[in-house]
Amino acid sequence: MAEDIKKIMFTVRKPPHGTIYVYEGLEVKLIMAAYDADISVVFMDDGVFAVKKGQDTKDLGIKGFAATYGALVDYEITQVYVDRQSMEDRGMTEDDLLVIGEDEDTEEPIKPQVLESAEIAAMMAEQHNILAF
Amino acid sequence: MKLAVCIYEGPYNHEASDTAYHFIQAAIQKGHEIKGIFFYHDGVYNVTRLMEPPQDDRHISNRWSALGASGIDIVVCIAAAKRRGIVDDVLVPNVRISGLGQLTMMAIEADRLVVFGD
Amino acid sequence: MLHTVNKSPFQNTTLESCIRFARSGDVILLIEDGVLAAQAGNVKKNLLEEALQKCEVFALGADLKARALTDLVPGVKITDYSGFVDLVEQHTTHSWL
Repeated sequence: MAEDIKKIMFTVRKPPHGTIYVYEGLEVKLIMAAYDADISVVFMDDGVFAVKKGQDTKDLGIKGFAATYGALVDYEITQVYVDRQSMEDRGMTEDDLLVIGEDEDTEEPIKPQVLESAEIAAMMAEQHNILAF
Repeated sequence: MKLAVCIYEGPYNHEASDTAYHFIQAAIQKGHEIKGIFFYHDGVYNVTRLMEPPQDDRHISNRWSALGASGIDIVVCIAAAKRRGIVDDVLVPNVRISGLGQLTMMAIEADRLVVFGD
Repeated sequence: MLHTVNKSPFQNTTLESCIRFARSGDVILLIEDGVLAAQAGNVKKNLLEEALQKCEVFALGADLKARALTDLVPGVKITDYSGFVDLVEQHTTHSWL
């Protein structure tokens, strides 16, 4: 990747559906993915609930985003991470995470990658800019 | 240094708009270039000309408009605005409605992007 | 890195998370309701004491003054909007919203 490609990270720390931040934040990621930028997305704190599988907002009458999250890889958003401690603090395991796409060659489902907080902190330090949603 | 600012919350209801404004004023005084100000989420309500606060309080949309008049690019997200009934007709002068591509360019081109929200 | 925190630690675990991710040499700036964490003698003061082991911690003076906070957790420094700009100039910023 060219050196002048800027690293932009999104941190998702808010829970989904109670407020619009996660939903509108996703719209920003999809647009930004179309530009020349090195995009990564990190789910931490209550943001881990945004990548819990099986979400269904039909009865709320709210347009959900689970289908879009299921296709993040198709939007070329492939660096998707979950903070392990946030996940475990909330009683979730890796099995609870939704699928964000499938591997082009093997058709294996791709899930967000679970990282330790220190690994995420190191990634944050390398960013050009960070947008919180 | 080139700075950009993104504001997520509406006026008066949350301090984010005030903090952002004071931050920007201080940055201008120090000679930094403000690459742009982007309003997102309920932040789009910051720049309507329909607000009429009590006279002894700050007038938030006029304040942003004055910054726009000084040449700073102030952008209201079209998707967030349309969802909330904010259209060109209700905006104060010196701000514009545009797409999320503008926020993307700010994030890429500004040396620092600072987000103010809840 | 500069980390801004605008939430009260008595209502919300944002400051705790910020401290967990902050690395040695980072700076934490308390703004808006985040400055409530700086009140001396508060039940959550161990959070800032822990943060001060590895980071500089600032609180925005205008927010302290508005909330009548004068007696601060030892080690917390006061800055103004101009100082906030300087911190942003020195560091990439993450807003812990």
